[in-house]
Amino acid sequence: MSKYLVDKFLFTIDRDPDLVERYREDPRGTVAWWEAEQANLILNCHAGERSTWLGFSGPERDALGSHDYATLFELGAHNFLLLTLFIALFERDYAEPLAFQREFAARLGHWTLPYPDIST
Amino acid sequence: MATIAAIIASTHHPFYLRASTATGEDRPPFADAWVAKIEAFRETLTRARPDVLVMVGSDHFHQLWLDNMPQFLVGKAPYYDANYYNEEREFGLPRMQLRGNEDLSAHLLRGGIDAGFDLAFSNELRVDHSITCPIITLRPQADLPIVPVYTNIFAPPMPQPKRFVELGQAIRALVESWPSDQRVAIIGTGHLSLELGGPRQFGPHGPDPEFDRKAVAWIASSDLDGALAEVSLDSLWQPGNATHGFMDFMLMMGVAGKNVKADYADSLDLFHTMEAYFTWYPEGTS
Repeated sequence: MSKYLVDKFLFTIDRDPDLVERYREDPRGTVAWWEAEQANLILNCHAGERSTWLGFSGPERDALGSHDYATLFELGAHNFLLLTLFIALFERDYAEPLAFQREFAARLGHWTLPYPDIST
Repeated sequence: MATIAAIIASTHHPFYLRASTATGEDRPPFADAWVAKIEAFRETLTRARPDVLVMVGSDHFHQLWLDNMPQFLVGKAPYYDANYYNEEREFGLPRMQLRGNEDLSAHLLRGGIDAGFDLAFSNELRVDHSITCPIITLRPQADLPIVPVYTNIFAPPMPQPKRFVELGQAIRALVESWPSDQRVAIIGTGHLSLELGGPRQFGPHGPDPEFDRKAVAWIASSDLDGALAEVSLDSLWQPGNATHGFMDFMLMMGVAGKNVKADYADSLDLFHTMEAYFTWYPEGTS
């Protein structure tokens, strides 16, 4: 399990307008490409100095590949990254302001404290 | 030595700009009341006639990332570009550029490190809405140089609440010892109870109105003993999963001084969160 890597995926997609659209249109393909090509890039280093050990667990890959934010929450993805990226992905599909945000809350409605640990 | 012209603690709500500028059917019903509150709050800074702003906030996973995460960081640069694509996308915030004051940055860094805070620094910092929201609400002309101070209220493990208070006390002393004739306003923004990316988000009020009521009372009277007795890193998950931003209010209570009553205190119950606005005048209000 790599909460850090899930967060790194959410972070690097969210900050790039092209990747937001790519992930919206092709989640499984984007996750596969990102894990193969991007996951081990150290963000402030030359690409030749990449890491060698980072990969998703099966449940993480499945949840990212199916836009399943409820499972990502359960796996301990950082709540802020999760919300921000998923607003970018899906708010546009809802007519009423905040309707997506409220649906997001409702889908997590079975959770009581403590929530899953977001520590990395 | 420099003069502390004002100490300001505030929530930062990234939707203010969009709400306050919306017209017609797009204008939310609470916009006029919100604008009136903000304009009154803005006047508390304007009347203090500041020359430079120390701005306490937190990077929201923009430039600072989990591969190299500072707990406390001071910007030291001649300019700060501001706001990011995802803030433009979600909140409609504009790209901005703010001037820096490297002399005051250097003073805070040297003095802070010597006082026992191993402060990180950045010579190229793009600040985000934790800094630009209070610029938009309090100083929309964005004409004054800033010194950004970033805190980690976002990524566990975080510093203890009392460390935020101690850093606030140190910032106060350091600004007062800055060899300059400038008038400095120290402005910090955080949150009351707040849930983001969780089941209690975007309700009709903040997720924990009882916490908000207590928090507003603590801040208005700078009741550090009361706040420190009840607030811990563990307890802050209870009012809402983004409530660790309250530690930036605790930092500002440290700046204001223990049990020093705010000269101005106001709040506004909005959807999603309680807004709160406080100003202290160390020189007095006459």
